Amino acid sequence: MSGTRKHLLVLGAGTAGTMVVNKLRKRLPADGWGITVVDRDDVHDYQPGYLFIPFGLTTPEQVRRTRRPLIHDGVDVVLGAVERVDTEAHEVHLEDGRVLPWDQLVIATGTSPRPEETEGTLGPQWHREVGEFYTYEGAIALHDQLDTFAGGRLVVHITELPIKCPVAPLEFTFLADDWLRRRGLRERTELVFVTPLDGAFTKPVASRTLGSLLEEKGITVEPDFLVERIDQERKVLVSYDEREVAYDQLVTVPLNKGADFVAASGLGDELGYVPVDKHTFLATGHDDVFALGDASNIPTSKAGSVAHFSVEVFVENFLEHVAGRPMTHSFDGHANCFVESGHGKALLLDFNYDTEPLTGTFPLPRVGPLRLLGESRANHLGKLAFRHVYWNALLPGRPLGLPAEMSMAGKNPA
Amino acid sequence: MTTTTIAGHEVEVTDEGFLARPDDWSEDLAPELAALIGLRLDDEHWRLIRFLREDYAVQGETATLRRVSTQTGTPVKQLFALFPGKPAKKMAYVSGLPKPKGCV
Ligand SMILES: Cc1cc2nc3c(=O)[nH]c(=O)nc-3n(C[C@H](O)[C@H](O)[C@H](O)COP(=O)(O)OP(=O)(O)OC[C@H]3O[C@@H](n4cnc5c(N)ncnc54)[C@H](O)[C@@H]3O)c2cc1C
Repeated sequence: MSGTRKHLLVLGAGTAGTMVVNKLRKRLPADGWGITVVDRDDVHDYQPGYLFIPFGLTTPEQVRRTRRPLIHDGVDVVLGAVERVDTEAHEVHLEDGRVLPWDQLVIATGTSPRPEETEGTLGPQWHREVGEFYTYEGAIALHDQLDTFAGGRLVVHITELPIKCPVAPLEFTFLADDWLRRRGLRERTELVFVTPLDGAFTKPVASRTLGSLLEEKGITVEPDFLVERIDQERKVLVSYDEREVAYDQLVTVPLNKGADFVAASGLGDELGYVPVDKHTFLATGHDDVFALGDASNIPTSKAGSVAHFSVEVFVENFLEHVAGRPMTHSFDGHANCFVESGHGKALLLDFNYDTEPLTGTFPLPRVGPLRLLGESRANHLGKLAFRHVYWNALLPGRPLGLPAEMSMAGKNPA
Repeated sequence: MTTTTIAGHEVEVTDEGFLARPDDWSEDLAPELAALIGLRLDDEHWRLIRFLREDYAVQGETATLRRVSTQTGTPVKQLFALFPGKPAKKMAYVSGLPKPKGCV
């Protein structure tokens, strides 16, 4: 590093990390700040697309791109896995022995499914009768597996919360219902949704709406089910209080955990998420370490939309922070999620730290065109169109015209 | 929200019966709350309740089951044995803490 040039180091070039470096490269002077982003590999997946792969609605190629072209000139890209952060020495150690110095650090290494944490998951039927759609490989394997499905008990299961995109398992269930009908298999299939929660979703109002959709579609809900192990031989899920749920085809969402180096560096909670100030993303006890996106412990959904709104707030604050001024912007926990409900329709949830998902229209009061908390075709099309928006506007850091702060205009508290 | 009397204390409770204000809780309330859900407290329960109270004071939110398990070294299976069926909710209830958010 030359003279007084400072260094911003961003760990993880996923949704949050890519947006942050692209936005900050335009805002920080090149002679004053070097920016480096680290990722373990050079493939960037549009993860929301994984949901559609099992049903053949999206092809694997459509969700995957190489990272480098997505990152603006003037940002150094380092490929290598992070092993440890040394906050005292202001260094990051990579698994291959390289050491990267920093003045300010952003942890954006997300969260990932850990099937190994639940006994019996990684048996001989893993990615076959025990499927998942939270990874690229898993989604493709599930597509092949579903092709052979001829009816029986199809069980969709959440191990523990939080998980990224908490509505994705429900969406999978709705899409499966639709898919089974189109294949003429619905009559021969019992569709079961197993959750550790006491209802369909965490937020009560949305839980009621989504719960009645499950009922309408004849989907059985097994609530308050905390899995202890999967018995692949007997094809049952076994809970800690010794209940059993039988399956012919299981689709499980394994425990989600932050990156291992987070915990190994003493920066994580019991699930490897970095405790941060929920309004500024500054890591507790530090003034030069931030965590953005799924890697932090903020109490809102782990979702790309949250990463997006967070980054907008973070960028403004970060510029103040490095200029030695107080951070004046505050994140409100804003999340908005499309929920695929099958038959070419979707719902839209919009909420923040203080407000339950609302009904109404989005983004324009009364006009919409998107309906909140109600099914519509426009919502479904909005969700499908988002892949294009993601690659072409969101990641490059172009303004989308959606305010980061949640707006109450046109919405009715439910 | 409604007001009710437990162990001679007037307390406000939420629609689901959880204490509305964690500060209303005191150690003599715990056995009464436990009795209301069919539990009798022994030392093991108390160790966990005290952890939950202290952790809430620092964290500002009710510990999740996993947090209770890792921080106190109690296997999840045992938490189910001590607070049958719904340990996270039952622990919060007896400790006078808000219903765990269950995470979003
Ligand atoms: C099936 C599914 C459906 C979803 N649907 C939606 C949706 O409809 N709407 C929505 O808003 N969100 C959705 N999401 C969630 C969304 O994809 C994530 O919330 C978002 O990607 C989070 O961004 P992030 O930058 O925090 O993490 P990520 O985008 O996951 O990026 C983390 C990066 O860190 C890297 N990394 C991790 N560990 C290391 C290490 N040790 N060393 C180096 N690099 C490392 C990874 O390679 C990765 O590139 C969905 C997710 C899934 C799985």
